[in-house]
Amino acid sequence: MAGSASQRHPLFAPLVILGGLIFGFGLAYSHMARPEVVLDFLQFEDFGLVFVMFGGAAVTGVTYFLAPRLLGRAVLSGDDFERRLKPFDRNVLVGGAIFGVGWGLSGICPGAAYASVGIGNVTILWAIAGMFIGAYAQGVFRSRSPSDEAAPTSAD
Amino acid sequence: MRSTSRPLRSHPTRFPTGSVGTPSAGCSSADAGTAVIYLGTGISAGASTFLESTLSYVSGQSRFQRYVASRDWRLLFTGSIVLGAAVYAVTIQGGAWTTDVHPWRLLVGGIFVGVGTRVGKGCTSGHGVCGVGSASKTSIVGVVTFLLVAIVTAQLVAAAGVTP
Repeated sequence: MAGSASQRHPLFAPLVILGGLIFGFGLAYSHMARPEVVLDFLQFEDFGLVFVMFGGAAVTGVTYFLAPRLLGRAVLSGDDFERRLKPFDRNVLVGGAIFGVGWGLSGICPGAAYASVGIGNVTILWAIAGMFIGAYAQGVFRSRSPSDEAAPTSAD
Repeated sequence: MRSTSRPLRSHPTRFPTGSVGTPSAGCSSADAGTAVIYLGTGISAGASTFLESTLSYVSGQSRFQRYVASRDWRLLFTGSIVLGAAVYAVTIQGGAWTTDVHPWRLLVGGIFVGVGTRVGKGCTSGHGVCGVGSASKTSIVGVVTFLLVAIVTAQLVAAAGVTP
């Protein structure tokens, strides 16, 4: 697993902070942290987020493509660059559909919800509370059937 | 292969900035955050794992234990997301902004998001940004699934007369 706790570079934490700051600022700036804007997008009344999503994938696509070729290994950790690949199974469809219902109902997704707190949207704490309840519920359920998924996921 | 004298690299953050207006400029900035962490660590930092990794602080459920090793930096990452958005609020937005979307929609929707993102192996950032950026077929299928279902759900809710 990338970046194991025992041997982290001293700049690991500052880098995570920097990445988070940029991420949060971008989500606020793009208005994805506002549920109304996301709901307008899903109702085809505002297509700005099309550019957010596809532009975003393009940015990371370039990064994921160029980083291994130009840098070889991660600058701080020395870990290999790996694409984010997850095994496909029924859970991707079932979970994706459940997430879609939640996203379409609330207009908020996890990263945008955290950013929404930052722009002063205290009401969004309802959504974050819901996310923790949901994540806990599925965790309890899946803890009882550990055969569900063997390999730990490095990131989502 | 690493060389000691590397040429200046073109930085991915400059890619689509300004070409299609504010949202994309903000997006390239958001994804630059992911890119910064990836370049430094090789980690694909998504947002929804934070839910389970943080639960591992308070819950002994075996499902959450796999995130113990990453929970500290994920907490730091999420705190920094909040802070980064707060910088926007102070510098550009000019104060706090609150949503008019009903709390019940946020709470119930949030529960679905919490279950779905974790069962479905990723959210808008994990699948939508990192996964699609990796040209992962799993992520592309995931994104198409949650995007279509979200569109249908939002349209149905709007058609039912619920606003906002």
